[in-house]
Amino acid sequence: MDAILLQILNGLDKGAAYALIALGLTLVFGTLGVVNFAHGALFMLGAFCAVTFNLVLSSSTKVRDESVTLFEAYKEVPILETKFPNIGPVILDYSIPLSIIVAIPFMLMIGLLMERGLIRHFYKRPHADQILVTFGLAIVVQEIIKHYYGANPIPQAAPMAFAGSANLSAMLGIGEGIVYPWWRLIYLAFSLLIIAGVFAFLHLTTFGMVVRAGMQDREMVGMLGINIQRRFSIVFGLAAVVAGLAGVMYTPILPPDYHIGMDFLVLSFVVVVVGGMGSLGGAVLAGFLLGILQSFASMTEVKSILPGIDQIIIYLVAVVVLLVLPRGLMGRKGVMED
Amino acid sequence: MSNKKTPLNTWTRRDVLKASAASTAIAGAPMFFTRNAYGADYLNNPGDASSVTLGFNVPQSGAYADEGADELRAYQLAVEHLNGEGDGGMMNTMQPSALKGNGILGKKVEYVTGDTQTKSDAARASAKRMIEKDGAVMITGGSSSGVAVAVQGLCQEAGVIFMAGLTHSNDTTGKDRKANGFRHFFNGYMSGAALGPVLEKAYGKERRAYHLTADYNWGWTQEASIVASTENIGWTTDQTVKTPVGAGDFSQYITPILNSDADTLVLNHYGKDMINSLTQAVQFGLRDKSVNGKDFQIIVPLYSRLMAQGAGDNVKGIFGSTNWHWSLQDEGSKAFVKSFGAKYGNPPSQAAHTCYVQALLYADAVERAGTFEPCQVVAALEGHKFDGMGNGPTEYRAEDHQCFKDVLVVKGKENPSSQFDLLEIVEVTPRAQVEYPHDHEMFSGGALGSCNNGAA
Repeated sequence: MDAILLQILNGLDKGAAYALIALGLTLVFGTLGVVNFAHGALFMLGAFCAVTFNLVLSSSTKVRDESVTLFEAYKEVPILETKFPNIGPVILDYSIPLSIIVAIPFMLMIGLLMERGLIRHFYKRPHADQILVTFGLAIVVQEIIKHYYGANPIPQAAPMAFAGSANLSAMLGIGEGIVYPWWRLIYLAFSLLIIAGVFAFLHLTTFGMVVRAGMQDREMVGMLGINIQRRFSIVFGLAAVVAGLAGVMYTPILPPDYHIGMDFLVLSFVVVVVGGMGSLGGAVLAGFLLGILQSFASMTEVKSILPGIDQIIIYLVAVVVLLVLPRGLMGRKGVMED
Repeated sequence: MSNKKTPLNTWTRRDVLKASAASTAIAGAPMFFTRNAYGADYLNNPGDASSVTLGFNVPQSGAYADEGADELRAYQLAVEHLNGEGDGGMMNTMQPSALKGNGILGKKVEYVTGDTQTKSDAARASAKRMIEKDGAVMITGGSSSGVAVAVQGLCQEAGVIFMAGLTHSNDTTGKDRKANGFRHFFNGYMSGAALGPVLEKAYGKERRAYHLTADYNWGWTQEASIVASTENIGWTTDQTVKTPVGAGDFSQYITPILNSDADTLVLNHYGKDMINSLTQAVQFGLRDKSVNGKDFQIIVPLYSRLMAQGAGDNVKGIFGSTNWHWSLQDEGSKAFVKSFGAKYGNPPSQAAHTCYVQALLYADAVERAGTFEPCQVVAALEGHKFDGMGNGPTEYRAEDHQCFKDVLVVKGKENPSSQFDLLEIVEVTPRAQVEYPHDHEMFSGGALGSCNNGAA
């Protein structure tokens, strides 16, 4: 029982990352009709926002290791800690959540730059061109990050208060030994908050209403005198912010490297297709569903019956879903259909 | 009108098809099967040229790009030293040595590089290009056993020497050993043999180990080696679970450990996988856990300082093994660290060390053989005993082309004094303890075969 509950939790938390990335992908596809292969790079850029913010805060005075004379061996003492002994260590400790403040405007700017500067020139071009240009852009961004940060993953610590694991059995009275990392629980809660925020934005604001109307019938909204293109550009920026925030908060879970976005991108595309092209709800549902299935498929008991199932489960489910429901779980008629 | 057939019209459709298939096969055959068909005595013989070309095949992109960059730095340093530039590094400490500091056999050493991308097909393609187009007489480098086995096979077919870079799988000098291939780096069996007694001393005889293993050649052989060595000291094996390479998030494989009876986790992962799985195992509180009255422990059998940097504080106190470490105080290590540190501003990694040593060993073997002819170089390397290269007295065993030398057991340092001071040496395990017969069951199923010099 404990094992099952743990795998469900694990699947939810894994699915949260898929859902966040897939949500952004779907937003862009639903509004602009572009399959954005650079979306994973936005997740990675968000993660590196956190890394950079932490690097800036950790600017250090270097204390030389005198025992080593052949190269510059040193131990770092962060300036923030020496200048502000009370608040400095706390700010450093909370650098990951604090980096959200920097990541939001940065990712919005990157998103708008990407859309206005490059992708808008490809709206009327064939899908193959769009895929090539966005994929190429992703590779360029990756290589820039690799040039400056190297290829090795860069570890990022969660705040000390959330570094350990929560004893859920003791807290909730379920099971016997269910412990789960605090930061992963926070990531799950954060993801649900962001997903709820995006849905609220699209359903409870006039801006969101216009965007949804534009997704249904772009021409009609345009005829009503609304500049739908400008709103869609902002939606692209919003999708970049969502991907970026997903990346920021993921850094303590997975030390980021230049390739982290691409690792998620392929799975997220499967999530989008299984959920149904253009369906925001479908993306979220499929994200969590596939996360949980992947988690269960990795259990030793399952693998002993079906060896290797953990590595193909997502694609297997995608095949089955598309055979039974060709438009995906919540796909709408007419989307990506000639 | 005569019915007599002209030579042309004796061709049947079947003949034409056969001929076109044969010509396609000839045209598609690797160049190295045909290019020396006209009398060259061995492939890429530099002849009277004033220089000789070596091929450095390292990961320049992908997850091991940083390690590959360090390998390339080491090779460039080796080339400098061989050509008589710089301070000479280990050329001053190598015993015995036929190197003169005037290139190899008086020919200036030049090099070309290839990007393995840590993918077997890409590595073979870049090695092939260096052999066919650039005339490389020897290929060396790499950061993966899959790549090493693939490139070693290619070099054997082509007829050039392969001096392996970082490759830790038993198979490289086991079932996939080749006459043209040589490995200086240690292997999974040696890691297990060195770690066993240290683990027994630190954690006792009664432990239950859970293995997470990278699902490819290297992972399998390391897992088998560590299982054998830990069971030999009395431990039991709870589970051996294979994980996909580059999985990123290993949490779904770690959660079952929380509910198992295991009190020890062995991470048969390397590189990014090691960083991620170790980080996540610590996050899940495994190191704070107590099972059957014992503190839960994590072991990383193959360590690398570059990877330890990526894992941050999580490596503290964790045992593992390594081929070499820059803090060693023998004359060879000191000379190499001095050269490397002065040129690049940071200490060399174990990958850099093994690559540098391999380049020098090859050059020395050519000098001793008096020729670049691969089969005579093979003969010069087989059974060669040397010292002063950082691992104590070492031997290239003739039967399997594996180097036998001392192995380092290390531990993540609790209080590092600098950004490079991440591992402390716990024990230098003597060669005798990690040695095994060349036909040991973990290395069986392969044969060196005959040396190939690439002559048609």
